[in-house]
Amino acid sequence: MLAHSLFFYFFSTITVLSAVMVIFSRNTVYSVFFLILVFVTVSVLFIMIGAEFLGMIMLIVYVGAVAVLFLFVVMMLNIVEQVIKRPSRKGFINNISVGAIVGGIIFLELLVAIGGWKYKGGFIPLSMDKNYLEISNTQQLGNILYTDYIYLFQVAGMILLVAMIGAITLTFQKKPNVKRQSYTEQIQREKSSAVSLVDVESDKGVKLDD
Amino acid sequence: MTEISLGHYLTLAAIIFSLGILGIFLNRKNVIIILMSIELILLAVNINLVSFSIYLQDLVGQVFTMFILTVAAAEASVGLAIIVIYYKNKGSINVEQISSLKG
Repeated sequence: MLAHSLFFYFFSTITVLSAVMVIFSRNTVYSVFFLILVFVTVSVLFIMIGAEFLGMIMLIVYVGAVAVLFLFVVMMLNIVEQVIKRPSRKGFINNISVGAIVGGIIFLELLVAIGGWKYKGGFIPLSMDKNYLEISNTQQLGNILYTDYIYLFQVAGMILLVAMIGAITLTFQKKPNVKRQSYTEQIQREKSSAVSLVDVESDKGVKLDD
Repeated sequence: MTEISLGHYLTLAAIIFSLGILGIFLNRKNVIIILMSIELILLAVNINLVSFSIYLQDLVGQVFTMFILTVAAAEASVGLAIIVIYYKNKGSINVEQISSLKG
């Protein structure tokens, strides 16, 4: 149990510090890297308390997809120019006071809500429980995800589809000087519209493309 | 102190949640950091759900965490697409300059 608590304190300290750096770092690229660090450490915590499948999914989805998406957008938008122009000092102080008040109030409320409970001791990770050793976490999740929650699972797939189509149509742009293939025109092309017979007088030749 | 209970995880989630909210208020540089703060808030919610799921020995929390992951990924992709076309139209994503809707 001592190792468990040591690992918890180590990784949660890294998580909190890098979450602070996500907010406060001046360069957006560094923010994205600290966000990746937050997700990695949180997935380590998940694996530690026995939610192995979710920890791995966090690594794949967030570090592999979402963070790389953020990095690509930061690269494409050329934000480094804007970082050099510092924000006004007065606006920063105004913001930090309002933000600290609101964030502090919410944090205190959460602490009151958390501290008001009596917890039963011995926070047993699922992986250490004897009853669960026979079936892995992934198999348990699959057992209920594909039976009891199958409709929610389908809806999640629909949400991803809609997001994909939305992102493509938002960023798609028609360029006027680019020729694209038009399938309907290709299929509807007929002999009468494509080929024409020309009577050529002798010794005159013919001029095409009139 | 050496025994890790549910309260430790909930406190960690509360700290990350508050940091996310602080980030939304604090940021004046660009919208991308605001999106990242939203990701932090969703992450805090995920920590809460997973730790309660372990505590109560009930897997439903982990199933819901998966759905939150899905929605977060969709939200990030659409938000970043909107940011890209906004940058293409206006040439800047500075928060102070995004005020066309200000009536």
